[in-house]
Amino acid sequence: MSGVHLTVLLSTGAAVAAVVELLRRRHIREKYAVVWLAVCLPMTVFAIDPNLFNRLAHAIGVINPPDLLTVLACLFLLVVCVYMSWELGRLDDRTRRLAEEVALLRRDVGSGH
Amino acid sequence: MVVPAWNEEGSIASVLCEISHALPTADVLVVDDFSSDGTAAIARSAGVDVISNVFNLGVGGAMRVGFRYAADRDYDALVQIDADGQHDPAYAPGLLEALNSAPGPALVIGARFDSSEDFPVPRARRWAMRLLAAYLSRLTGCRLTDATSGYRAYNRDAIALFARTYPADYLSDTVESLIIASGAGARISQLSTVMRERAAGMPSQSRARALLYLSRVALMLFLQAIQPRSARRATRAARPAGPTPAFRRATPDQPTAEEKP
Repeated sequence: MSGVHLTVLLSTGAAVAAVVELLRRRHIREKYAVVWLAVCLPMTVFAIDPNLFNRLAHAIGVINPPDLLTVLACLFLLVVCVYMSWELGRLDDRTRRLAEEVALLRRDVGSGH
Repeated sequence: MVVPAWNEEGSIASVLCEISHALPTADVLVVDDFSSDGTAAIARSAGVDVISNVFNLGVGGAMRVGFRYAADRDYDALVQIDADGQHDPAYAPGLLEALNSAPGPALVIGARFDSSEDFPVPRARRWAMRLLAAYLSRLTGCRLTDATSGYRAYNRDAIALFARTYPADYLSDTVESLIIASGAGARISQLSTVMRERAAGMPSQSRARALLYLSRVALMLFLQAIQPRSARRATRAARPAGPTPAFRRATPDQPTAEEKP
């Protein structure tokens, strides 16, 4: 086992362990759990046997396998970012509506100071 | 009368005084948008209703509070006026009159006279404003010269519409609300008023901000143009859900007389 392979294996293991631990403690909501587990599983498989990934890349016509990894990672992160900004906008809207409601209610119960 | 105010302690008192002279029968609400100065205290001591936001929501957010307040209490009409003293409350009765009583949402804008000489404006910005005004005039079917004016009157249906849909985004609320209103089939008109210099406080638009503002508006118009039909229908169908009975209390201070003189 080469040093590079060991490093990849260890860092992937650490990343997967971190995600699983966050999921286990319910710090990541279940609706995101599926996504992260779906990322962790192939990561683990490919870290254990990098040749599998090389063969996959060659099978779909990618000459340099790391390129495929980069493209896939970027696409995934892009999707996550877009989803997050949608979610953030929704939360911001809800917070504002709550703030408006609080302001109106506070006036009604007569403690507007 | 709804007065959105943010750190306007230097002008709020005189504005409230002028309002009570111009419209003695109107109920006045100051929406204090998390001011750090004495705005809320001064308004309260002037004897008007004050709602204090729990954090800064911007003019749009403050106005949405005002619209919901008016919708819950079933007011006939609402006048929005700035707290910085540049709007003369003497025009408010005229704005209300211009609303007239035709059915459907309606709003009247208190526009400044063509003031290119009183207020020096960079040429590029003036052109951009003109372009914007022309576009909005076409959209709303009414010649508008001052779409960004925050001096406006709304009828009951417009209050109900904006209690749900008034845009809260930073700086763009005045223009965007016109787009929403015209999308909902509202009658929009304008009345010329004389604007004064701000009585106190800092103007909230520097040159850089104006540029930012205009690019935002351009983006907004683009988004409006590509909006799906279903969303437009949703705005048009945004009918009042009525007052929220769970949050209404039958307190004696509830106004029985309507605002419209």
